[in-house]
Amino acid sequence: MSGRILIKGGRIIDPSQSLDTQSDLYIADGEVVAIGAAPADFNADMMIEAAGSWVTPGLVDLCAYLREPGYEHKASIASESLAAVKGGFTTLCCPPATSPVNDTAAVTNLIYDQALTAGKAKILPIGALTKGLAGEQLSEMHALREAGCVGVSNLRYPFRDNQVMKRCLEYACSQDITIFVCPEDYALAKDGCVHEGATSGLLGLSGIPAIAETMAVAQWLILAEETEARIHLGQLSCAKSVELVADAKRRGLKVTCDVALANLIYTDAVIKDFNPAFHVRPPLRREEDRKALLKGVNDGVIDAICSHHQPHESAAKLAPFAETRSGMSVIELVLPQIIALTTSGELRLDAAMRALTTGPAQVLELSTGSLQIGSAADVALIDPTEKWLVTESNLVSKGKNCPWLDTEVVGLAYKTIVEGRVVYDRALMME
Amino acid sequence: MPSIDDELSPLQLNRFQHLRHFLTIEGLSRKHLTDILDTADTFIEVGSRSIKKVPLLRGKTVANLFFEASTRTRTTFELAAKRLSADVLNINITTSATSKGESLSDMLRNLEAMAVDMFVVRHAQSGAPHFIAKSVTPRVSVINAGDGRHAHPTQAMLDMLTIRQHKHKFEGLKVAIVGDILHSRVARSQIQALNLLGAEEVRVIAPDTLLPPYVDQFGVKVFSSMKEGMRDVDVVIMLRLQKERMEGALLPSEQEFFRLYGLSQDKLALAKPDAIVMHPGPINRGVEIESAVADGPQSVILNQVTNGIAVRMAVMSMAMSGQIAELTADEEVA
Repeated sequence: MSGRILIKGGRIIDPSQSLDTQSDLYIADGEVVAIGAAPADFNADMMIEAAGSWVTPGLVDLCAYLREPGYEHKASIASESLAAVKGGFTTLCCPPATSPVNDTAAVTNLIYDQALTAGKAKILPIGALTKGLAGEQLSEMHALREAGCVGVSNLRYPFRDNQVMKRCLEYACSQDITIFVCPEDYALAKDGCVHEGATSGLLGLSGIPAIAETMAVAQWLILAEETEARIHLGQLSCAKSVELVADAKRRGLKVTCDVALANLIYTDAVIKDFNPAFHVRPPLRREEDRKALLKGVNDGVIDAICSHHQPHESAAKLAPFAETRSGMSVIELVLPQIIALTTSGELRLDAAMRALTTGPAQVLELSTGSLQIGSAADVALIDPTEKWLVTESNLVSKGKNCPWLDTEVVGLAYKTIVEGRVVYDRALMME
Repeated sequence: MPSIDDELSPLQLNRFQHLRHFLTIEGLSRKHLTDILDTADTFIEVGSRSIKKVPLLRGKTVANLFFEASTRTRTTFELAAKRLSADVLNINITTSATSKGESLSDMLRNLEAMAVDMFVVRHAQSGAPHFIAKSVTPRVSVINAGDGRHAHPTQAMLDMLTIRQHKHKFEGLKVAIVGDILHSRVARSQIQALNLLGAEEVRVIAPDTLLPPYVDQFGVKVFSSMKEGMRDVDVVIMLRLQKERMEGALLPSEQEFFRLYGLSQDKLALAKPDAIVMHPGPINRGVEIESAVADGPQSVILNQVTNGIAVRMAVMSMAMSGQIAELTADEEVA
């Protein structure tokens, strides 16, 4: 039931209106109706005392793998959408790496149905750019968009040739649909499992050189300029990529980009003991790359921080490093890790919150990620000081492949509201 | 940024800083290496006795787990274990459970349940022995018999023993390692061991396509020409060149490689007159080394094989006692 909610005395942080103030937030009929003074005749059905808390737009994630349909042994839409709202997220985009691949309206509809049944976060599928992600034939992009896909992507799968790639851009442009690109040159990245650098050399692991990404970024930007297509470059990992995007934005290209949480925190040095928890793709790179990515978020060149949440079953990480599956289960840890980066001064709070709310919402051309009057009441209530221990049992994600198990972190969402409905309440979960 | 590991790799050491696994040279001290060499020296004598056995591993079971083919390394590990009086299991992995779909970790846990005390592991994946020692069977002592491109620490130590026998010390030595450094686990372990033992200069000689990225950060001088790299060296270590390297556009041909980097008598003449020539085997005659050099007076290739048994006896006995000390200490705490 979406009643009238008064969130009282919290620190309201909303980068979409450059707001950071202690005030009251009023919600009615699933929308934000006022900040500050109560609207006339407002009788709250529920009052949340929020002194000392942050009140922010619900977080928006451009890339979270939910594993359904097809990989339910790893996770499900029900399990991961609960994990998401526990992490303060209210909107998630899920990539088309499902089985069957999300290249038809039927699969998109199934995802929407499951999300509706779960009734937690809003889930926005990204469809396949080519049929079966095979890089040969165009997918039915119009049908996918009609069914509710917010974009199309070929993930890290290669195209048959540059002609196919160019036609994908032209067709997507004509259908006014954004292409979500994971820039990576297939041949240069092939077989690699870590950044090609001092660590890969020392450990004898096959590397993915920085040029595997930067050459692909340059190629996509040239094609986007040529075709006037709108592209979003997902999970940049290299300093040079940020530079290329900044330049493209200056020249007025319709390009946006994001960075995955892990690349803001770690470098390849953490892999020195073959710890498969840090096997991610794009790989963790050098300190100068990490610094450039942080600067990109602070400067606004990078539009969004995504969780790049990839839950796995335990066996997926129980093998020698190169044979393990890449990815981390992190959606419940984005907030505390971002809080840590702001506490250490590496990220500015306003820039980080923008990159988690209105930044990604603008990539999707949605009005979500904002607390402006009249917008959907998607809200996260955050205690920025509470310490908690990360354990397998208190992660609700089905994937326990989290690099922060058994460490103490600071900050959590204790209530998450989607369209005026409390979908997560820590007090109830603890009972 | 949370720190993940201590600077020294603690996984292979017990609480008393003694070896309990032998996974890599990295993270060990000069004393660890010197202890291995000194212990190996005492075992060389055992090999010349008519009864070639000592009872150090009596009642212990050693499993040779070779996920990759090997004749020399597996045989010398087997002989070393037998001379230490251990029971030895040779498990042929290609015909065993993992080819029937059983996972590596399930297979190893079964062996652990059969009370096997030591695994000698060769695996095509870098880090496989680390994974086994850390995540699968922490009560079993694990010896790395070569993992991917990462490390081959017993080979490096038998090479160090061979160098010490001929040169008596490491200080002042210039050592050149020639050939396919990129794919060589042996070279990585040799470089670390030579630097740790105090060699004056470690050189690598190879074309750029056969060098790991950032190789200069390994503590080596990089040469792309034999003419400069071989000058005044005391030790030349040739590496095996795999034939499949031609396919990945890393080299044009064996002939061109031999002309540029193959060890011929005229190239050897650039080294010090008393320089020794080593090769971890198996040799490709006429590809990385000329027969006249491989069989010549400066070659110590067969000494390396003999020393392999003594070094492996040393490492196995040291790691076993380190692991027993750790498990005993665990029980006392409990």
